[in-house]
Amino acid sequence: MNLQTNYLGLELAHPIIPGAGPLTGEVPQARQLEDSGAPCLIMNSLFEEQIVREQRAAFAAIDEAEDSFAEALSYLPEPEDYRLGPDDYLSRVTHLKAAVDIPVIASVNGISPDGWREYPKLIAAAGADALEINLYHLASDPQMSAGEVEERLLASVRTAHDEVDIPVSVKLPPFFTSIPHFVSQLEAIGVQAVVLFNRFYQPDIDIEELRAEPTLRLSDASELNLRLRWLAILHGRTNLEMSLSGGVHSATDVIKGLMAGATTVQTVSGLLQHGPHHLRELLDGVREWLSEHEYSDLAQLRGCMSHQNAPDPEAIERGNYAMVLNSWTAG
Amino acid sequence: MKQHATLEANEAVSSVACRLSETIAIYPITPSSPMSEFADVFETRGQKNLWGATPRVVEMQSEGGASAVCHGTLQSGCLSTTFTSSQGLLLMIPAMYKIAGELTPFVMHVAARSLATHALSIFGDHSDVMAVRQTGFAMLASASVQEAHDFAAISHAVTLTSRVPFLHFFDGFRTSHEVQKIETIDDEVLRELVDDEARHAFYRRALTPDAPSVRGTAMNPDGHFQAREASNNFYTAVPGQVQAAFDKFAELTGRKYSLFDYTGDPEAEKVLIVMASGGETVDETVKYLAAQGEKVGVIRVRLYRPFDEAALLAALPQTVKSIAVLDRTKEPGAPAEPLYLDIVAALNEARDTGRLPFDMPRVIGGRYGISSKEFAPAMVKAVVDELGKPEPKRRFTVGIEDDITHLSLDYDPAFSIEPDTVVRAVFWGLGSDGTVGANRNSIKIIGEGTDNYAQGYFVFDSKKSGGVTVSHLRFGPDRIRAPYLVSSASFVACHQFGFLEKFDVLESAMEGATVLLNAAYAPDKLWDKLPLEARQAIVEKKLKVHTIDAFSVAREAGMGGRINTVMQTCFFALSGVLPRDEAIAKIQEAIKKTYSKKGDEIVRRNFAAVDMALQHMHEVPIPGTLEGEPRAATVPEDAPDFIKRVTAVMMEGKGDLLPVSAFPVDGVWPTDTTKWEKRAIAREIPAWDPDVCIQCNKCVMVCPHAAIRAKFYDKDVLESAPPTFKSADFKMRDFKGSGYTIQVAPEDCTGCKLCVTVCPAKNRAEPKLKAINMTPLEDLRAAERENYDFFLNTIPDPDRSKLNHGEVKSSQFLRPLFEYSGACAGCGETPYVKLVSQLFGDRAMIANATGCSSIYGGNLPTTPYAQNGDGRGPAWANSLFEDNAEFGFGMRFAVDQKTEFAQVLLAKLAPEIGENLVGEILDADQSDEAGIESQRARVVALREKLAHCSGKEAVTLKELADYLVKKSVWIVGGDGWAYDIGYGGLDHVLAQGRDVNVLVLDTQVYSNTGGQASKATPIGAAAKFAASGKGSAPKELGLMAMQYGNVYVARVAMGAKDSQVVKALREAESWPGPSLVIAYSHCIAHGFDLSLGMEQQKLLVNSGLWTLFRYDPRRVDEGQPPLILDSKEPKVKTADFMRNETRFRMIEKMNPERFKVLAEEAQESATHRWKLLEQMASIHFPADAAATTSSED
Repeated sequence: MNLQTNYLGLELAHPIIPGAGPLTGEVPQARQLEDSGAPCLIMNSLFEEQIVREQRAAFAAIDEAEDSFAEALSYLPEPEDYRLGPDDYLSRVTHLKAAVDIPVIASVNGISPDGWREYPKLIAAAGADALEINLYHLASDPQMSAGEVEERLLASVRTAHDEVDIPVSVKLPPFFTSIPHFVSQLEAIGVQAVVLFNRFYQPDIDIEELRAEPTLRLSDASELNLRLRWLAILHGRTNLEMSLSGGVHSATDVIKGLMAGATTVQTVSGLLQHGPHHLRELLDGVREWLSEHEYSDLAQLRGCMSHQNAPDPEAIERGNYAMVLNSWTAG
Repeated sequence: MKQHATLEANEAVSSVACRLSETIAIYPITPSSPMSEFADVFETRGQKNLWGATPRVVEMQSEGGASAVCHGTLQSGCLSTTFTSSQGLLLMIPAMYKIAGELTPFVMHVAARSLATHALSIFGDHSDVMAVRQTGFAMLASASVQEAHDFAAISHAVTLTSRVPFLHFFDGFRTSHEVQKIETIDDEVLRELVDDEARHAFYRRALTPDAPSVRGTAMNPDGHFQAREASNNFYTAVPGQVQAAFDKFAELTGRKYSLFDYTGDPEAEKVLIVMASGGETVDETVKYLAAQGEKVGVIRVRLYRPFDEAALLAALPQTVKSIAVLDRTKEPGAPAEPLYLDIVAALNEARDTGRLPFDMPRVIGGRYGISSKEFAPAMVKAVVDELGKPEPKRRFTVGIEDDITHLSLDYDPAFSIEPDTVVRAVFWGLGSDGTVGANRNSIKIIGEGTDNYAQGYFVFDSKKSGGVTVSHLRFGPDRIRAPYLVSSASFVACHQFGFLEKFDVLESAMEGATVLLNAAYAPDKLWDKLPLEARQAIVEKKLKVHTIDAFSVAREAGMGGRINTVMQTCFFALSGVLPRDEAIAKIQEAIKKTYSKKGDEIVRRNFAAVDMALQHMHEVPIPGTLEGEPRAATVPEDAPDFIKRVTAVMMEGKGDLLPVSAFPVDGVWPTDTTKWEKRAIAREIPAWDPDVCIQCNKCVMVCPHAAIRAKFYDKDVLESAPPTFKSADFKMRDFKGSGYTIQVAPEDCTGCKLCVTVCPAKNRAEPKLKAINMTPLEDLRAAERENYDFFLNTIPDPDRSKLNHGEVKSSQFLRPLFEYSGACAGCGETPYVKLVSQLFGDRAMIANATGCSSIYGGNLPTTPYAQNGDGRGPAWANSLFEDNAEFGFGMRFAVDQKTEFAQVLLAKLAPEIGENLVGEILDADQSDEAGIESQRARVVALREKLAHCSGKEAVTLKELADYLVKKSVWIVGGDGWAYDIGYGGLDHVLAQGRDVNVLVLDTQVYSNTGGQASKATPIGAAAKFAASGKGSAPKELGLMAMQYGNVYVARVAMGAKDSQVVKALREAESWPGPSLVIAYSHCIAHGFDLSLGMEQQKLLVNSGLWTLFRYDPRRVDEGQPPLILDSKEPKVKTADFMRNETRFRMIEKMNPERFKVLAEEAQESATHRWKLLEQMASIHFPADAAATTSSED
């Protein structure tokens, strides 16, 4: 069975990729994933916000205490090789590249033009085979229109893309008025793939302590459908490669993703729940299903259930909502 | 080509010492610590000495330990060095005698500092080095950063050839911390200087079993004397060897030195003789005076020991008629100070032996510059003038006004010799605003980026929070030799507008000088905001004033309160030291260099600040009107006379002007004085919301500065309350109907926010608000000042006897007798000290080890230990760093003796006094507050009775009567004291069984000297001297004390369990034997936002790195295990605690693998210790094995 997939210019043995998460950043787990058949790795993101926050906090805590008192002009040693910056992420890229034979895709989330410019460059220099741009913007400013938000995001992608020679994918949040329009603009910039969709911390409310609790639960299958729908809509409407991320837990989910039009399918929560060997199980499951159903290669099923190719495209668009509602009232 | 660097002497010396040493033993002490820190960094970076090896550095438990290690390494054939100062040097004396007696090549570098006498002083003079002049060490004195660098090399070179150990010294702070542009010595020069054959000869003398020898023998009267004389020739040879090394050095570098360097008129009749940095001032002044025709010269003593009489005579001009010898030390009771005596002895002997080539000159001697007292050209001029008088003072002081013994010389403060070619600038800043750091950068920019020379010296006040810094900078085309403050500046910057209200900021501005003010006012409104004195100075001196709202600019640039870059940019733009564009480019370069390590974001924000600064700087129009308000008086009219006469003058920064008579003769100062120093340093202070408050008093408990307080009261008192005074109904059942108030002291609060973070109450409608919320000071200052006055002085303190002192809430109604200290904002130590003062302050005697707690506890001008309404309060004293346990034990010993004697007299005088009263006094139960109050009442009755008794014993009993009331002796100090330098004494004191209470404020690091590792430093933490992360677990001081069985031991952390802290302190105090309470104290040296200090303590305890426990020997009597664990089994990963603090996090950033290993080890160690304690907590002892105390023995 030929499952070979070309994604971001990389020849992958199959389309099931360990997505950005805790397992893909550490050498021992990465090796386990490679042994379980991972065709490449997508590292979790280098978050500029986190780096900036730490830099500012450390600056406030250390530098502001300096040169204030004659006996203690400083309070901590200052070894030369101590730097508050992206260095540990970059060294992880280098270490992973040295530790595994499969391609390593790094990921970045910036908050400033400088961050979008500098970090991709450094990541590429550290040896990453491709870059996943992790886009996120929480639109809380009432003065900023949707168009302005999009333009800002596109500017970030443009900056990052211009700085590197390696292939670039963009991981999107699902919150756009028009996803296809945004994707077409990404295509114009020259990126190679879009990833649908990222998931972020969503605050819960602690009603006893009256405070917001940041939570990140593992994904479940309920998140898959949103992604399937947008893959199905985009397939054929964009030339970009597409990767599914979120809600993939079984071989069936992988097949659904491919049928909706995904080039590759990423999985994180399943691997966290079941361990790196789960990847092998997914792969075997897909092979088995394809073989049972006498598919000879992926091209035969990729996008077969997209808006363009599906027998009932309405179900993917408006009708879906109506049907679900009906089913509830019927029940 | 000559290489230059712009650095402090400490670094300049250490760079040479490290390159010429193989092993280095260190111990932190101000102002020498930076030398040790540089050595530590030298090792961490793997830098090599001259022979290709990395010198290894070890931190010992004391200076005594460091010198002993050196003795060992030297005997074993390793070239060694150490660095020290002051009392640290004194601890080395025993080993110094040994090292010298054994003719061992060795160099120690000393940043000379005052010895603690009537008071501690961290500043410079020669009292320490003069106290070791008899040890047999050669002593070489350097006078400047350049000389310190050069003489370090000379010392290391000559000790090898001479075999005589060298003490190389320079003035603490004035030289050790002065930043200067110097020519550096490269390895090649060092190689030329050091005699390799002598080095190998040293190696060959090493103690080794392959060629055994015995050393350190004990000798008897038959031979000890002769053997002592056997080394004479080695000492005789040293001066020649030093001069030879000087000459060779001159050939190599062009810098010439002599044993005694003479400058001045070749036919001088008056000669001054001086050592170290004062020599620079004398030298420059003498040249100035000689150019004006004065027949004057100066001898600068380089090699003080061995003293070369012939070289001295050769250096003196034949024309000399009178000599003034200047000593930077004081030897009370001596005929004169040591340098004077040496000079006189040399001259006399030369005369007696016919070798004096001129008539015997008249020699006078004086003291100057004690404890870094300013020594400026005006004072040199005064000495020169004194020499010209027919009857000069034979002994004098200069630089002060001695109105008691009239030894001081008058001088003209306006006398100045500074050339016009030197740009002189003075900057007033606040510790936290980055002024000093920016000025260091400016000096480097000019020193390293241009052909100009640069000098910087920084003056700090005695406060750890909100301290005032004054930077003195000079730039010029020639080498700058002016080791004194700038008194006539062409540029004066005031980075905090409020300073103009408190200090005479413009005093140092010369006529026509440029002034830069950071102010929040529009340029055309500024004039009206200036106090009258500032306006007068501006008009009279024709000052040009510029202003910038630097806080707004910094905020806009994302720099918060750091205005340093903004002000630095303005300085360069206004001063014209460099062309503007070049200056900006160099500032940016410097920013990159300084901050790129701290992160791109920090660089970006600083760049933004530079860009914005010049656009926001404006010239201030000077209307010249001189009406308006003068500066407010420093202290109110109703302050005590001493406060107005002395303390207030010191608070204004004018303490130099106080005469000798103003000061106590014995170092005894009044307590209760911080209340006069209303510093108003917080930008925001907490505002109380009575509707949300649940009245838990936790905010009061954690406040490090006693600046937020609670009272309950009869509501009638509110009739006279100010209009904005807030009150709530008191919720405690026993006091129903009372009013309750949380009140902030607006001008004493430091704005640390600890109170807000611990507040558990939330505003339901707006949960981001709590019961106390930070609010801009200026919105509240006037009203809350009035409210606080009413709260403090009109509302009575709650009755102590009606409160349950064992509860957190009730304990916080007890008046703190430790308030408004100069500790860091958010300090983790002071809440414990304050609590002790609340619980036991009215009967406490405190022995305080040197360290943070002695500095915020006893650094003048004002001190925080306070008095209650009866005039009682903690009696506090600091002896030294190393002897505090013994010092406090001595207090207990004395109190016990006095109490015992009082009891004996009482029993004896019972017939006269009355058996009942005597019986009641002798049998009194003083275990609680009520018991103590009753006893006090009995003592009052006793005094009344004694008033009618005659006889010596009655008089004595009257004096001793107060000792019949229990005294609570507290021994307080940090972990550096308790774990390291003072451990031997602490252990011995605990073993004595007497009733002392030891409070260890454990910050896990030497906080006061800037964060050096102690044996309390945890695994994985970076600290100075453990820059790659401490690899071993901290010592279990508590377990070590527990093994005595009769010591009460508790480990507490206020942020984790405040109720346990109250319980432990009360149990410790009530245990009639020794008690040890180890209190975790978060610290600025941990590198995180201290407003989260208490939260972080919670994490610490939950991670198992700090298990809370109490070991109470009394529980054995009750059939219970003596140990109780007060925290639960660890449930948080140690790494989660560690990652929140930079001290750990920097190891993770630097070496993630090492961090991982260390975090795992920390986890393992936490688990092991928990298990150990858990098992110990279940051990029962037979009741008949109960511990005893000495009082029961």
